[in-house]
Amino acid sequence: MADAAVHGHGEKDTRGFFTRWFMSTNHKDIGILYLFTAGVVGFIAVAFTIYMRLELMHPGVQYMCEEGARFLSAAAEGECTPNGHLWNVMITYHGVLMMFFVVIPALFGGFGNYFMPLMIGAPDMAFPRLNNLSYWMFVAGVSLGIASLLSPGGNGQLGSGVGWVLYPPLSTTEQGMSMDFAIFAVHLSGASSILGAINMITTFLNMRAPGMTLFKVPLFAWSIFVTAWLILLALPVLAGAITMLLTDRNFGTTFFDPAGGGDPVLYQHILWFFGHPEVYIIIIPGFGIISHVVATFSRKPVFGYLPMVWAMIAIGVLGFVVWAHHMYTVGMSLTQQSYFMLATMVIAVPTGIKIFSWIATMWGGSIEFRTPMLWAFGFLFLFTVGGVTGIVLSQAAVDRAYHDTYYVVAHFHYVMSLGAVFCIFAGFYYWIGKMSGRQYPEWAGKLHFWMMFIGSNLTFFPQHFLGRQGMPRRYIDYPEAFAYWNWWSSVGAFIAFASFLLFIGIVFYTLLYGRRVTENNYWNEHADTLEWTLPSPPPEHTFEVLPKPSDWDRSHAH
Amino acid sequence: MAHAKQHDYHILHPSIWPFVGAVGGFTMLFGAVLWMHGSGPWLFLIGLAAVLYVMFGWWSDVIAESRSGDHTPVVRLGLRYGFILFIMSEVMFFSAWFWSFFKHALYPMNTYEGSTYVPPEFYHVDPLHIPLINTLILLLSGCAVTWAHHALVHNESRKDVEWGLGIGILLGIAFTGLQAYEYWYLIGPQDWTFGQDKFFSNFFMATGFHGAHVIIGTIFLTVCWLRVRAGHFTAEQHVGFEAAAWYWHFVDVVWLFLFAAVYMWGIGLH
Repeated sequence: MADAAVHGHGEKDTRGFFTRWFMSTNHKDIGILYLFTAGVVGFIAVAFTIYMRLELMHPGVQYMCEEGARFLSAAAEGECTPNGHLWNVMITYHGVLMMFFVVIPALFGGFGNYFMPLMIGAPDMAFPRLNNLSYWMFVAGVSLGIASLLSPGGNGQLGSGVGWVLYPPLSTTEQGMSMDFAIFAVHLSGASSILGAINMITTFLNMRAPGMTLFKVPLFAWSIFVTAWLILLALPVLAGAITMLLTDRNFGTTFFDPAGGGDPVLYQHILWFFGHPEVYIIIIPGFGIISHVVATFSRKPVFGYLPMVWAMIAIGVLGFVVWAHHMYTVGMSLTQQSYFMLATMVIAVPTGIKIFSWIATMWGGSIEFRTPMLWAFGFLFLFTVGGVTGIVLSQAAVDRAYHDTYYVVAHFHYVMSLGAVFCIFAGFYYWIGKMSGRQYPEWAGKLHFWMMFIGSNLTFFPQHFLGRQGMPRRYIDYPEAFAYWNWWSSVGAFIAFASFLLFIGIVFYTLLYGRRVTENNYWNEHADTLEWTLPSPPPEHTFEVLPKPSDWDRSHAH
Repeated sequence: MAHAKQHDYHILHPSIWPFVGAVGGFTMLFGAVLWMHGSGPWLFLIGLAAVLYVMFGWWSDVIAESRSGDHTPVVRLGLRYGFILFIMSEVMFFSAWFWSFFKHALYPMNTYEGSTYVPPEFYHVDPLHIPLINTLILLLSGCAVTWAHHALVHNESRKDVEWGLGIGILLGIAFTGLQAYEYWYLIGPQDWTFGQDKFFSNFFMATGFHGAHVIIGTIFLTVCWLRVRAGHFTAEQHVGFEAAAWYWHFVDVVWLFLFAAVYMWGIGLH
């Protein structure tokens, strides 16, 4: 991306490498930085899962041994004492990296930075320098996360094995400095996201093109705006909770320590008050991308624009009042459980509005299955599956059986691994020509989709069965009875990983040898937002003359 | 596409501050962990110095840009939006501490053993003593800043602006001094500890974070006072002043909640 974007249509870029990428005040460059870094961290987080699925492929522990981690030759090296700490470290860092350092930076930081200002006709973000601070604080957070992984932690080993939720008392008693690094990593990532959210909201409110009233703003820009509010209001609460963890660990406070009158369940409440909005922070920008992709490749304007906007707002608001459905089993009163159950199920209404509106957009449309549309289509199917298991899990009574089983793992990977990640890929294939000036090879994109679709389904669908059979999450080993579906799940993970490797190849091929894009709009007239009026890649400074309503307002045509 | 900008938004030149600031932040937090594990404060202090240096340099640049006319009305509006949003995030940060306070006060873990949130032998502070004085001091300080604000907006006199801000700053310092005295008194003669009990944890972390915000707000007002003397503010253009005043009022409101909940109501619980 770096290279291609420099040779923008006759405009000589005089900035040096360091100036452009380390001192940037340009929302497009910062967006590319975000996407690149999220991709690298994503690769690390995915690699962890491959190691975990390798270990879970067969009953017994073959790879994660006290005698040392093994990767390929399991049997040859003899005796293997299970190393539960290593397993716990893997699940913890997979979760922390994916939640804080991959999906939010890719969707919100990457696509949000690049395309939200373009869609509303803004020349840049409201605070371009602050924007770069958000990016570099995210990098600093990643660095602290890596430091945490490699520094002395619990059980006399490296890293912290406490789960991404960092529940006390496990997180407050984990030895070493690893846990403290992890806490500060989340602090930095949170500060980065909050500053980014301030920037996005201000840009959205203050810098829309002349005549672009709130309900004429494209859906992706709306999705970023809603997400920014969730980040602004949820992340600071998490900062408070992990600060309490930090002082409990190091300064003798007892917020979560019953010995001093504290309460570990309090942490769960505060964490999930952040944590539930967090899952919408992850998925709502994806909703925006899917709306544009579905409209473009159905050659129809999106169905029900206004309900689509209000559904996102409703999901955002409801996201703040349902947190305790993550903790039905901690001993809440029946009244509390009933409330959280009902409130949770209400979210199915706005979510249903979105799903049905996407289907209605396709209805009677002239559908073209280009790669981005495949990803969007895959998203629709899979997100619906994850949503349906979500309805199942929302019931406090049923959750008694499913809590902390693989059913939950399958559910949240269907909405996140198959939901949010499919959105990232849909956005990538939709916009890579615009961002780089070069187009991906269509066959490769389709192959990538089918490998990922088959691989990730094969990984996670059998986990529903395992959960229903009672296999608990977060264990390094399992009884013989669970062997069959675990084997298939691991095979699926390997296929999905192969698709990731293919994706890396596609990225490099596209950037170096991809067909040059000559048109501003290489899809069709239903890709009608403002970025399609610009050259590919757009010049360093866009909209130096603000766009006129005729450039973007299609309402007369609807 | 034309190559000259024809809009009022602020397009910034590349800047090294964000990168250096993030490196400083990383160093500071890395050093803080080492310090907490007994390796001495040096790396932390180096990082802190870098962060403070970046704050100084960055905000000096912002002031220079404002002076050179980059802050058009629409940019000033954006800056105000941004600052209000920042304060909203701060409110949510404090909500975590109030959550912990109310949870522990309303549903203490040891209810069933017959004791209460505040062990009676701990609390000998009269909320109507130093805490009430501090409440009055902060409110008065807010009034003084509002006086300065009005003097500025209505273009009355720079002397009034200076006096109002100056009094506000001095009252802020008085608040911090009294709060420090209260901490000293509680930890010294009254044998309170920082940790070991959820009551102490809540009390010191909630009032401590508020105290830190008072100090930051006082510095912010002091910068404004210096800028008033340098003639930076006009009746139309004084975003920095406005932000400092909003921040000060926010700190004020947090204190009112702390005073009402932690001091008045919290003490009534034992």
